[in-house]
Amino acid sequence: MLSSLLIALSITLMYSAPLTLAAIGGVISERSGVVNIGIEGMMSIGALTGAVVGYFTHSAWLGLLCAGLAGGVLALLHAIASISFRADQTVSGIAINLIGPGLAMFLSRYFFDGASITYPVPEKLPKLAIFSYLKGTPFANFNIDVSVVLALAVVVVTWFVLYKTKWGLRIRALGEHPAAVDTLGVPVYRSRYACVIMSGILAGIGGGTVTLAVISQFTPIAISGQGFIALAAVIFGKWKPWGAYGACLLFGFSQALVIMLDGGVLHVPSTILAMIPYVLTILILIIFVGRSSAPRASGVPYEKGAR
Amino acid sequence: MQGVSKDYAVQMHGITKYFGPLRVLDDVNLDIKKGEIHAILGENGAGKSTLMNILYGMYNPDYGKIYLNGQETYIGKPSAAISQGIGMVHQHFMLVDKFTVLQNIVLGNETTDFFGVLNMRKARKKVIEIIKKYGMKVDLKEKVKNLSVGMQQKVEILKALYRGAEVLILDEPTAVLTPMEVDELLETMQNLKKDGKTIIIITHKLKEIKKSAETCTIIRKGQFIDRVNVADETEQSLAEKMVGRQIKLFVDKKEMTPGDTIFEIQNLSVRCERGIETVKNLSMKIRGGEIYGLAGIEGNGQTELLQCILGRRYADSGKIIMHGKEIQNTNTRNVLDSKISFIHADRHKYGCILDMSVADNVIMEKYREKPFSVNGFLNHEERDKFTKQIIETYDVRPAKCRHQKIRNLSGGNQQKLVIGREIANNPDLLIAVQPTRGLDVGAIEFVHRMLVNLRDQGKAVLLISLELDEILNLSDKIAVIYGGEIVGEFDQKEADEHKVGLLMAGGKGE
Amino acid sequence: MTKNIAKFLKTNFMCTCIAVFLGFIVACAILLITGYSPSLSMAVMFNAVFSRAKFIVNVIIKSTPIILTGLSVTLAFKSGLFNMGAEGQFIASTIAASIVGIKCNFHPLIQIPLVICVGVLAGALMGGIVGWLKAKCGIHEVITSIMLNWIALYMCNFVANSEMFHKPDSDGTFPINHSGQTLLFYDWKFSHDGREYLQAHPILNDIILKTDFNLNFLVAVVIAVLVWVIIYKTKKGYEFRASGLNPDAARNAGIDVTRNIFYTMLISGALSGLAGVLSLTGSSTPVLHVLSVFENYGFNGLSVALIAGASPIGCIFAGLMFSALIYAGQTLQSKIGTPSDIVNIMIGTIVFFVALVRIIPVWVNRYLQKEERKNAQ
Repeated sequence: MLSSLLIALSITLMYSAPLTLAAIGGVISERSGVVNIGIEGMMSIGALTGAVVGYFTHSAWLGLLCAGLAGGVLALLHAIASISFRADQTVSGIAINLIGPGLAMFLSRYFFDGASITYPVPEKLPKLAIFSYLKGTPFANFNIDVSVVLALAVVVVTWFVLYKTKWGLRIRALGEHPAAVDTLGVPVYRSRYACVIMSGILAGIGGGTVTLAVISQFTPIAISGQGFIALAAVIFGKWKPWGAYGACLLFGFSQALVIMLDGGVLHVPSTILAMIPYVLTILILIIFVGRSSAPRASGVPYEKGAR
Repeated sequence: MQGVSKDYAVQMHGITKYFGPLRVLDDVNLDIKKGEIHAILGENGAGKSTLMNILYGMYNPDYGKIYLNGQETYIGKPSAAISQGIGMVHQHFMLVDKFTVLQNIVLGNETTDFFGVLNMRKARKKVIEIIKKYGMKVDLKEKVKNLSVGMQQKVEILKALYRGAEVLILDEPTAVLTPMEVDELLETMQNLKKDGKTIIIITHKLKEIKKSAETCTIIRKGQFIDRVNVADETEQSLAEKMVGRQIKLFVDKKEMTPGDTIFEIQNLSVRCERGIETVKNLSMKIRGGEIYGLAGIEGNGQTELLQCILGRRYADSGKIIMHGKEIQNTNTRNVLDSKISFIHADRHKYGCILDMSVADNVIMEKYREKPFSVNGFLNHEERDKFTKQIIETYDVRPAKCRHQKIRNLSGGNQQKLVIGREIANNPDLLIAVQPTRGLDVGAIEFVHRMLVNLRDQGKAVLLISLELDEILNLSDKIAVIYGGEIVGEFDQKEADEHKVGLLMAGGKGE
Repeated sequence: MTKNIAKFLKTNFMCTCIAVFLGFIVACAILLITGYSPSLSMAVMFNAVFSRAKFIVNVIIKSTPIILTGLSVTLAFKSGLFNMGAEGQFIASTIAASIVGIKCNFHPLIQIPLVICVGVLAGALMGGIVGWLKAKCGIHEVITSIMLNWIALYMCNFVANSEMFHKPDSDGTFPINHSGQTLLFYDWKFSHDGREYLQAHPILNDIILKTDFNLNFLVAVVIAVLVWVIIYKTKKGYEFRASGLNPDAARNAGIDVTRNIFYTMLISGALSGLAGVLSLTGSSTPVLHVLSVFENYGFNGLSVALIAGASPIGCIFAGLMFSALIYAGQTLQSKIGTPSDIVNIMIGTIVFFVALVRIIPVWVNRYLQKEERKNAQ
């Protein structure tokens, strides 16, 4: 019993880590007033980059770093469109979602002789046996991925930055009333650029952890939809770091439930089990969340001196 | 134009600014002595705000020079203006609703310990010092969204002072204040002046200029008209310089001939989104042939009252009766069908659809009726015919704007269309909320004339406005709403600014 | 003269063309950098679409579902809703249509309308849920759509794997009964007469025998016109547009915005449903497959609507272009080994530039105004 609980916990954490990283990216971007629907695309390119760099350099950490950079570059495109060109942020985000996976598959075929699946990385991100000193108990075998720790750290740091530092104060104000921030001499465009790129870096790292920690290679279905789930987690978590983290844990947990229940005593077809996370989300939204309040200026391009 | 000298805190010479093809400022000069209160007078759209936004670095002028304390200065961006000691309180407050007062004050100029970690205690100390020095009362912990407009303005002033402003620009500061708050503001301004600050006040209100300012620059249609000593001028002479022709400061209207009660509210109670009862046991009666003015400061239940009449908010108790029929808790369509029409406060938000064509906006309430639609299909010919008629009747310009987006029209022309549309409904009750907001004098006169015309035809008009002068000038009967209740009702003759103003601020009458 | 050029550049059509052009440029640049020949690739792509009548007809046939999902997204867009759920509505429709198509077997005159109705209703139901949740509970339509997409996907796999429907040794269900198919000349073209006739007419042979020849494209065109009529010519369409552009003002004018949200999503879902059921009945292998990933009919519809600038008629052309690109991409990979994903990059880039070029009119206006000012002085 205890050991299966521990397995469930470790699966929950493992699946929620990439989501969390991406969702926190979403929180940062939206809090600064830029809707980032392109998380999916940024995760995809991050996943591919992580796998490719990890394979060629034999260093998972370097892979993760490059994954973040790749996500950041894609986010830069989104920033250029939605901030400088004042383009429709949803359209630009959708475009990123097309470009990201497309480019990832293209590069996969380019690097691996036309294969849409990369070779496995020789070295995955390390696992931490945090209770290894409890020898002889089920805890001893309880491993968590380093990505889980990373995700938690990102949540804490983001929370701290958003609520305890001047940067956070400015970011939150940007999403609510950019004109006010502008009149106080804070550069609106530059700050938003920073937030969107940061969001892309986190989404890229999130994607990287999928191919460097969860599975060990890039496949066409490595990301499929996780970016959107992260997006849902942002809204679900009411645009707050801890809220988004909670939502991601919930997704991770229902994922664990699927794995644990599959082939178990209940004889529920796996396809039905797989629906659980999604049905659960809708139900929870109906019961608990209702009308959620987005940052007021989110999605609205800021035009200096607009009348 | 005065010579460039150290005695002047601000000098702006030959300022010209274009917005697109429009020359909004044409060779404007401004000279403001240190430590004086200087007014910039002009109509809505004359270019006053643009001039000040240039001084504050929001825009760059196309031509012209700016001198601060006799030194030629390039400003270019707000942060530069701030560091040069210029502070500005914008007409639409630049405050983050969800933040506390203190957070709003320090934003962009935070006190931090290390790595940008906020130290709010240090900031609070500094702010409290300023508050004490100028005798302002503000609760630093309160969220801005819970503050009255007057309070928010104080926060804005504090923001500027916190940044060490020596020159303070106030853009239309009295537009939404009660008379008491105006007095308080004037007092604060005097305190600041005593401390050696220079104050620029942008306004189109003559009374306040007379009360507060020493000198005044008048701008009309982007052009510099005159720089005068306020003491040498009368309100009438200032007004004529502002508008460029003889104007009547008061609305001309006949004695009223009241008819039967058309519209009645009985003991109405309504709650706002947060569940707080914001309209409490409110009653009013409006007769035909009467303009009923409802005075009150923003946030005293006007919004909820209006939404309830519109059928968009549930009435917990009480009745709304139009022509003897109860209409509360039905729906908007039913309300409109019972011959009530609305001119909404913020036409951009509530009154028209900016990205639709003029013609589509004109039929907004009629599209579902014959002949504008038949069997579910729209009849565009009828729509265009009707639009043309309204454009001609109300002299909307440009005359061939039928298929343009209404966004491209000027505010005055938009309002003409909206009013034309509503009057074409032939309403028995017209509810006009802030109908002249943001309009120039000509358009204001037009709107007032329309309201008086309706009244003379025996219709009822409910005028809800934050501008007390408008209510006092126009209404036959004046009621004051405070805290969701009607706290006083006067005939026009017995009402005066002092009495009404006191009630608006929550004081007791007599 | 420059003024006229400037004005021409301002039109939506021109902006879209510029975006498409830039999309091609970027794709070529990527090919060049990665060592594939852009000119050869473009030539292969062009031939893949235009060199044979069969190819052209196939492109047209394949464009049908994405034109319809594009219309679905467009309609929702006009009322201010973002229908990310077209994918799920599409799948739901194919599920429902498969079940009915397999279980029932009436005369085609009954069977075809029945299957189509069921599919459309299933799509409408999916859309309706989204609309209802948005209208009643205020839940953002994008989230519910994303969730419902996945639910639909797993539901599809559930049905396709179930004992009742699963065809042994395949990755899907039994095909739906022949009476429910909307293929044209299907029986005839495999009959003796048909073969003989077609062999004598090679082009017809190419068009009819070698493809899933059907008239679904015409249905899509009719629906596009219908959507245009609904949006711009009817009372309801007026309400949709008003609700989408300014819900507050619409409410004040007595329009029931909440109900319109529901209706819009219902219709939008129905359109995606139509796309789903037609793609099933119009196929020569009308089978519900087990899906490991989304087939992207709905998501592609999103891109189609965006490229078309939310114009119903534009959806037809955007859909055709999109379909051609995808079709050409497949040939690209098999013929010269250029990864077909270049097409996805290209489409993404086009959508990206479609977002960017909306600023062209702003620039052009600024330029024109400057000219005007110069002339005035």
